[in-house]
Amino acid sequence: MQGCSRLAAKAIFAHVCEAMRDVASYSLEDDGKGGRLLRLSGVWLVSTLGSLDRELRTLEGPITRIDMSDMSDLDTVGAWIAWRLIRDHEAPVTGQSEEAHRLIEAVSGSKGTGDIRPPQPPLLQWVPDFVGRIVSNWGTGFVNMLDFLGELLFAIWQIIREPRRFRVKALVRQIELVGVTSLGIIALMSFLVGIVIAQQGAVQLRQFGAEIYTINLTGRLSMRELGVLMTSIMVAGRSGSAFAAQIGTMKLTEEVDAMRTIGVSPMEALVVPRVLAAMLMMPLLGFYSALVAIIGGAFLSTFALDIPFFTFLTRIQEVVPTHDMWVALIKGPVFGAIVALAGCYQGMQVKGNAEEVGLRTTAAVVQAIFMVIVLDAFFAIFFTEVGWG
Amino acid sequence: MTVRQAQGEQDSSEFAIVVEGIRNAFGDHVIHEDLSLKVRKGEILGVVGGSGSGKSVLMRSIIGLQHPDQGSIEVLGRSMTDPAAPQDAVDVRSRWGVLFQGGALFSTLTVAENVEVPLREFYPEITDELRHEIGRYKVMLSGLPEEAAAKFPSELSGGMRKRAGLARALALDPELLFLDEPTAGLDPIGAAAFDALTLELQETLGLTVFLITHDLDTLHEICDRVAVIADKRVIAVGTIDELVALDHPWIQEYFNGPRGRAAASAQDRAKAMDIAAKGKA
Repeated sequence: MQGCSRLAAKAIFAHVCEAMRDVASYSLEDDGKGGRLLRLSGVWLVSTLGSLDRELRTLEGPITRIDMSDMSDLDTVGAWIAWRLIRDHEAPVTGQSEEAHRLIEAVSGSKGTGDIRPPQPPLLQWVPDFVGRIVSNWGTGFVNMLDFLGELLFAIWQIIREPRRFRVKALVRQIELVGVTSLGIIALMSFLVGIVIAQQGAVQLRQFGAEIYTINLTGRLSMRELGVLMTSIMVAGRSGSAFAAQIGTMKLTEEVDAMRTIGVSPMEALVVPRVLAAMLMMPLLGFYSALVAIIGGAFLSTFALDIPFFTFLTRIQEVVPTHDMWVALIKGPVFGAIVALAGCYQGMQVKGNAEEVGLRTTAAVVQAIFMVIVLDAFFAIFFTEVGWG
Repeated sequence: MTVRQAQGEQDSSEFAIVVEGIRNAFGDHVIHEDLSLKVRKGEILGVVGGSGSGKSVLMRSIIGLQHPDQGSIEVLGRSMTDPAAPQDAVDVRSRWGVLFQGGALFSTLTVAENVEVPLREFYPEITDELRHEIGRYKVMLSGLPEEAAAKFPSELSGGMRKRAGLARALALDPELLFLDEPTAGLDPIGAAAFDALTLELQETLGLTVFLITHDLDTLHEICDRVAVIADKRVIAVGTIDELVALDHPWIQEYFNGPRGRAAASAQDRAKAMDIAAKGKA
């Protein structure tokens, strides 16, 4: 019973509190001497003043006196608005509590106006500025790229001269990260793509009664093009981005600088193992991807095209020339190098803040995939020209 | 009766923070075991302890970033740990401000915009104009020049970044302020200035301050009481004089080691000079 009434009392109390909390008000009165008196009353807190502020801004002068004796509580936001009224109307204040006086004193040092962002130049100035910046960024980017490649070649030369400097452990670790841990996802992707090629190919070829050529299509396409291309894209997304983010974060936390001062070349310790690992793993992963894609095609053919699984695989040996495999194995290391270089280069360019790491990681992946596809087009023409069509 | 007094009565206690019997553990590693602490309203409480003794974890538990395995935490009369009243833990967020160790400013926003983030979040009805004004005077209150309002955190020095973090912590006119090692990494002049600022703000705005520090000068200068964390719990709370009188090896080592003595004698000298100056006057 007692608990009940206490609860009820508390509820009423909370309600009163709620009502009190809502009130922040003002009134304009004649002060009897021909002037106007602005009376501020109620509770002037950050939580109560949101809507009142707009009205107070449009208050018409002249106001001869501001009275704060009815104000029961205020915080710095209330003090700021009161101070702004006092300043704008140049009116004397009466009835302020000691707390109000102290808070108004504290906030009155601020002008309260000015920029909250660095000012934006006008459009006419901004556009050329922006374009110029892009061009100059390309310029410095090109120089930095040359710088990076030069440093890398120098590091490789150092390693050749002094082979004991080569970091076998780091290489093995990177091989594991780039190669071994991606086997699962690459298999899944390749298997599904193999199924799609076989299925779509079969639908088209059936129109000519040439369904059997599905085997040629799946085999040659996977071995020559798709295996290594899809793997490159997957490795760019998995490892290229990781390279950029890892090295970029190490730049931010000054680990790279620490390495340099100790006398460890970041190129030798970070970049060479990653690039080498990608170059070694890419042809293997590409070949593996092609094999799994062919198995995917064979799998579909067994169920949907009535070509037995092992017939499919035997036919592959007959219709896919060996040079298709060589094409893939030559392209592999080149694509691997591009992906790793883009990742490491962008990582080494990070400076400033966390946002930069994200931007550079994105740039690494986009550049890597773009370059891989452009080069793949060149390779396609080149190998056809040299008679490996 | 003011609203804040009314809220105080609703809290019906003289304590701003009440931590009772909490236990925190990461896996097998126990950080806190049966830790209790009460922070009085209106005081500056310094929290000290060796590195890794769980000072920051205690702060994170109080502000709800880390959920203790056992025990209860009450902040400003609202329970942070009661699963039956999850709204309490959310409501109380607008009544405290936190300054993290590195400032933890949002790096893509300017200082003024950083200060405006909590305002925008809790009071969307405030007009842009007023919000900008609030942002600017908070920047001024935290001792930064007003031009700093339009700068990005990466353009500021370490000390200025701390002040900008403080401005953001003060954005909502909190009753309770958490400071995690505010003077770490500052030069002695900057550290002393930050101490003075903390004290001034505490007096002007009537704040309760929960202050984690390693800085013995800060403890002597501005803390009303000091809580010592050791052996996984708060082993003592009191003024420095009270603590020094205790016979605990860690406390003795802490306050009577070479650095502790230096800070204490600096404090004595300052007091003596004060008295001498008053005598002359």
